Amino acid sequence: MTKSPEQLEQELKRRSKAAKLEIWGRVVSFSALILIVAVVVAIIGFVASKGIATFTTNHVNLWDFLSGKNWNPSLTDAHGKPEVGALSMIVGSFLITILSAIVATPFAIGTAVFMNEISPNRGAKILQPVTELLVGIPSVVYGFIGLSVVVPFTRSVFGGSGFGILSGTCVLFVMILPTVTSMSADALRAVPRYYREASLALGATQWQTIYKVVLRAATPGLMTAVVFGMARAFGEALAVQMVIGNAALMPHSLVDPAATLTSVLTTGIGNTVMGSLQNNALWSLALVLLLMSLVFNLIIRLIGRKGRLQ
Amino acid sequence: MTKRRWLQGLLLMILVALGIFAYQTRQVSHAGGSITAVGSTALQPLVEAAGEQYTADHLGTFINVQGGGTGTGLSQIQEGAVQIGDSDLFAAEQKGIRAKGLVDHRVAVVGITPIVNRKNGITHLTTKQLTAVFTGQATNWKQVGGKDLPIVLINRAQGSGTRATFEQFGIAGHQAKTAQEQDSSGMVRQIVQTTPGAISYVAFSYVTKAVQAVSLNGVAPTEANVVTNRWKIWSYEHLYTKGQPTGLTKDFIAYVQSPTIQKTLVRQLGYLSPSQMHVERDVNGQVTPIGGTRS
Repeated sequence: MTKSPEQLEQELKRRSKAAKLEIWGRVVSFSALILIVAVVVAIIGFVASKGIATFTTNHVNLWDFLSGKNWNPSLTDAHGKPEVGALSMIVGSFLITILSAIVATPFAIGTAVFMNEISPNRGAKILQPVTELLVGIPSVVYGFIGLSVVVPFTRSVFGGSGFGILSGTCVLFVMILPTVTSMSADALRAVPRYYREASLALGATQWQTIYKVVLRAATPGLMTAVVFGMARAFGEALAVQMVIGNAALMPHSLVDPAATLTSVLTTGIGNTVMGSLQNNALWSLALVLLLMSLVFNLIIRLIGRKGRLQ
Repeated sequence: MTKRRWLQGLLLMILVALGIFAYQTRQVSHAGGSITAVGSTALQPLVEAAGEQYTADHLGTFINVQGGGTGTGLSQIQEGAVQIGDSDLFAAEQKGIRAKGLVDHRVAVVGITPIVNRKNGITHLTTKQLTAVFTGQATNWKQVGGKDLPIVLINRAQGSGTRATFEQFGIAGHQAKTAQEQDSSGMVRQIVQTTPGAISYVAFSYVTKAVQAVSLNGVAPTEANVVTNRWKIWSYEHLYTKGQPTGLTKDFIAYVQSPTIQKTLVRQLGYLSPSQMHVERDVNGQVTPIGGTRS
């Protein structure tokens, strides 16, 4: 049976199945993109509008908020101003983040080097799954282990009540370790093979190659890994809340109870009334957290751009 | 190809199952047989248990119970977003709440006691000593008759109903010193149990042998003492409605206040029934004895 020319023309002009699928795919991915962008913008807008209310409707001085040391939103101080000084929490958050990053980085990079350079076989078989396993543990479990193991340990070794920045650092160290490790491993993997070959051909030992060539070339990637870990540590709430003690005081030592932005937020938000000063002050803390995570993202971008291999 | 078919089939089945489920729940909520209670985590177990029993007795109704804290409960009921707001406090005591227009339904009484770690060597204190401990004037247990051990204060979160009650009636309206804050009674007990020198406060139902409840001014923290107000640290548990309750809300609140629930669930869960009380306390903390028939 032969087709008439009209039939043939029609058949050829009709969109093929592949073309229809193409359009369908574009529509799906584009609408997904629009939805995500809308959600992100809405979240930022919501947190910002709520967080600013402390300064616009409750007339709290921004500087007082950032530099005040007393956090007691339901009380007013001697001048009749509400006590909403967030400095102790901001300091607590930064201390715990920086300390845990300092502790975790050498371990993470060491593990990544072992996995990639020294023993790729065993690394892939044992260490990779183990580090990935750590990611899957819910943070409440980390918190509970922290509460029942780390806190008594720091109490008996370092004194104090055991609740404090030191315990928080120990818990966060384990929590950010997998993130930093797997990202460091990726960074090392991205170093081209011929760098190592050239270095070995010049007579360098394996350690010299690792130290002077591989780590050097991977530095921007490693820095990104650390900043990512810090971002995770900064935003972690539950596990930290369980071991840090949640005392909104300026930390004087690592074993004194302290508080982070997240721990004050999670303990307080259920006990305040929407629209009240106490509630708005908590939203302002959330805004500080949001801005900080934006800053972390910016840093990651900058490092990625500056350190790219030419 | 067959695997894909199989997956598609599975997806379809899941969608159909979800559709049926959604349709059924739509029927229930359409019938007006569903209300939501939000708020105080201290009251949550009672409302949950009562809600389950009520649903079992009255098919086609559903009591949706959520925690979130006293502040959440009161603000949600004020905005009319839910039918019942659970609270540990009188609405007038919570900052930012306009108590007018909210109707109070007292469903239980809860006693609160200071608890200490068993190693502190403390079993009783005076109100003055307790106040000194919580305001930071005493920093070592030997200053109030205990062992030579630093005091570790553990507060509930700011705005917590338990904390408000404790500060008002336990330490004579003083503000507790800024110290550790925890957001649940279970957590507080766990920490007091394991931390030497620790002191905090919980509802009677949370007291176990692992921690030491403290007598105050020679009065033991018992239900018998709460009933007569000899033990002063107690509060009502309130269900708040916006305006007078109607329909299922009204029926459910009446059910919770009924003698059946008050004599069984309320007692089993470690609360006291308001009908047991020999005294009544108003929003200003003014206590008046109530006469009448008491068992």
